[in-house]
Amino acid sequence: MSAEALLLQVASGLATGGIYASLALALVMIYRATHLVNFAQGEMAMFCTYIAWSLMNAGLGYWTAFFATVAIAFVLGMLIERIVIRPVEDAPVLSVVVVFIGLLVILNSVAGWIFTYTIKTFPSPFPAELPYGIRLVSPHQLGALAVTMVVLALLYAFFRFTALGLAMRAAAQNPVSSRLVGIRVGWMLALGWGLAAAVGAVAGIMVAPIVYLDPNMMSGTLLYAFAAALLGGIESPGGAVVGGLIVGVLENVLGALIGNELKLVVALVLIVGVLLARPSGLFGKAQVTRV
Amino acid sequence: MLLEVKGLQASYGATPVLHGVDLAMQEGSVTTLLGANGAGKTTFLRALCGMVKTSGEVRFAGARIERHATEDIVRLGVAHVPDGRGTFAGLTTEENLRLGGYTRRRARELEADLERMYGYFPRLKERRAQQAGTLSGGEQQMLAVSRALMLRPKLLLLDEPSFGLAPLVVQELFRILGAVNREERVSILLVEQNAAMALALADRAYLMETGRIVRSGAAAELQRDDAVRRAYLGY
Amino acid sequence: MSRRMLLLTLALLAIACALPFVLTSYRTFQAALVLVYAIALLGLNIVTGYNGQISLGHGAFYALGAYCSAILMDQAGLPYWATIPIAGAACLVAGFLFGLPALRLEGLYLALATFALGVSMPQILKYHLLEKWTGGVQGIVIAKPEPPAALAAAGLRLDADQWLYFFVLAIAVIMFLLAWNLLRGRVGRALVAIRDHHTAAGVMGINTALYKSLAFGVSALYTGVAGALGAIAVQFVAPDSFNVLLSITFLVGIVVGGLASLSGALFGALFIQFVPNIADELSKAAPWAIFGAVLIAFIYLMPSGVAGALRALGARLAGQPKETRP
Repeated sequence: MSAEALLLQVASGLATGGIYASLALALVMIYRATHLVNFAQGEMAMFCTYIAWSLMNAGLGYWTAFFATVAIAFVLGMLIERIVIRPVEDAPVLSVVVVFIGLLVILNSVAGWIFTYTIKTFPSPFPAELPYGIRLVSPHQLGALAVTMVVLALLYAFFRFTALGLAMRAAAQNPVSSRLVGIRVGWMLALGWGLAAAVGAVAGIMVAPIVYLDPNMMSGTLLYAFAAALLGGIESPGGAVVGGLIVGVLENVLGALIGNELKLVVALVLIVGVLLARPSGLFGKAQVTRV
Repeated sequence: MLLEVKGLQASYGATPVLHGVDLAMQEGSVTTLLGANGAGKTTFLRALCGMVKTSGEVRFAGARIERHATEDIVRLGVAHVPDGRGTFAGLTTEENLRLGGYTRRRARELEADLERMYGYFPRLKERRAQQAGTLSGGEQQMLAVSRALMLRPKLLLLDEPSFGLAPLVVQELFRILGAVNREERVSILLVEQNAAMALALADRAYLMETGRIVRSGAAAELQRDDAVRRAYLGY
Repeated sequence: MSRRMLLLTLALLAIACALPFVLTSYRTFQAALVLVYAIALLGLNIVTGYNGQISLGHGAFYALGAYCSAILMDQAGLPYWATIPIAGAACLVAGFLFGLPALRLEGLYLALATFALGVSMPQILKYHLLEKWTGGVQGIVIAKPEPPAALAAAGLRLDADQWLYFFVLAIAVIMFLLAWNLLRGRVGRALVAIRDHHTAAGVMGINTALYKSLAFGVSALYTGVAGALGAIAVQFVAPDSFNVLLSITFLVGIVVGGLASLSGALFGALFIQFVPNIADELSKAAPWAIFGAVLIAFIYLMPSGVAGALRALGARLAGQPKETRP
């Protein structure tokens, strides 16, 4: 492969990597707060993307629909945590996994029911061509990357500089001590889910123009997001971002080398590989469990 | 009466630990709860904060709180410094302190209180940006106490604050506790194994053995009592 | 086994043998599928229910067994009954090999890795380099087994569906017996010990690594045999029928039927064979939503599944006090 072709693959890989980073970030946020992997994150994002599509179809402008969907996603995430997840908070791992899978299946099926399985196009808010005739990446890819970075910056600022963000970090790290300073840990969890759902919705809206809107659009993206989150370190938000970009580039470069048929297998190999070779990921700390 | 406890029972699962504890505290007092390891002192403090299943009556400032959630009891003005300190190890010293003031409304007062804590414990100011988990034992204890004080509590519960600390550090800590009690009218319920220092600071004392109060009275009285001296003061 | 259980089992067996003579061809075929699923669920139960290793990718082993059988029949011309043990052996090895790296993965991470396996299986099956064996997207069509001539000569006339049913039933009975024997003894206890307190089990001298890998291997064998039988019954294998929803279906089966329970495999199989049809009628458009809702409802309300609920009911009727946790 020529150097120019490689550069092209890397550049567009970074762009899609940004989207994986968003979804991975949502996964990491929930993991940090609950030590659970939300298997239904992709379907939640997909469902919210359909909501955005419906709003746009009803006449709302792109960005109005975008922000409305983000708000709806936030509320949806909170509701799911309070209603579906709370009853199994302390249940054994298998029960929780099963509930997640149940959620995944329900969301997928209901989306297919309400919105049908016909593949739909989803608009991109970015101009059709980049200025100066740049052809390295498409405008949407660049725009998606920019949106991802903005979201990440906002999240970082929220967690680092606001009292609420601090309280959420505290609740995730040490729920007992958090209660002792008056933090309502249950609500912090719900908030975390709400934020994660909102971030996921952004990821869905950004990826839909590329993979087209259909109920199964997120399965590949979810797998890559898992791989990204694990690669970066399941507890590290920064790691999720780096992991996402790396996974995006790998997907594109390997896809160009060995064809696009085995994309999911690549994700599988990545996931299993990271879990075996370095389970705490690039930026995570090794977990020690007490007996 | 700031705190009134009547017939408090508590258990961990099926194992009962407290068998009907009575205790009362006046506003502004320093009361100490002494007893050997496993007597149930820690459980008692946790029961006050709604962290264990209990039956019986607990009144704080006249209101019954036995059924309240921990975070609600905290918002009534009860600050608990647990055994093990409960530091947020992954957050910085200053973040720990700010969390102590999480439930308070006025930002400017919060900043003033932050400075006051740094005044009591200058070492914390030096380490304000450091990860709390990397502080020494003594520093973490100071951090835990300061975090509790950031609440501007009416009642401060301390679980073995002298544990694992060098004697000089303990002295300094108890001096500050005394100052806080006198100048800011914070009532203190102090669970301690270091009976001598506790009795020197407190005005009232309770003795707990296997989940029951076996003696109570003025701290000075217990200090002079022969049986107590032999059992708990070692002379 | 208590005398009551023995009588119950024999009665069930008698009913099972009588079924093909009273049911229509189609229903007999469905009954055969129930038995196939029961074997598959038994497999998943061994590794997830008894041994606590969560697998969201068992559909992959089912697919492996199915394709083994189909390829051997289609390309090597083997008779259908000969493919079963080979498929089983292949899956035993595959499961054991998968179980080795799985040793390093706990709970959620194992679920994640097996989920990835389940999702990517169709892609592997469609891969163009393997096409000349797997038949690519179109899959492989195989012939329906005919009852052996010897039976007709002995005067017993069975049609193809009935014969298939008895073939599957015989294998199911053998496999259930083997599992029952395995699980009620030392092996079963070791598996459960590993599930409930991993470290303590190791300290007690149980070779946790060996047991866990073997659990994966044996469970893959069971599910693979089920896959082979399923392929023969349906006469067809194609990549898209082996996607992650199959793995999820199996999960539903053991949760509804009851974890760590042999009878649970049977209840679960009945559920996953017949309820989708009912769900389809209830809501033409979103049958899986109903499946998902049932899944969640069972976790909230009946976490030990139908088998567990029946057990509790039986104990109460027998006058035993309700189980209290210590």
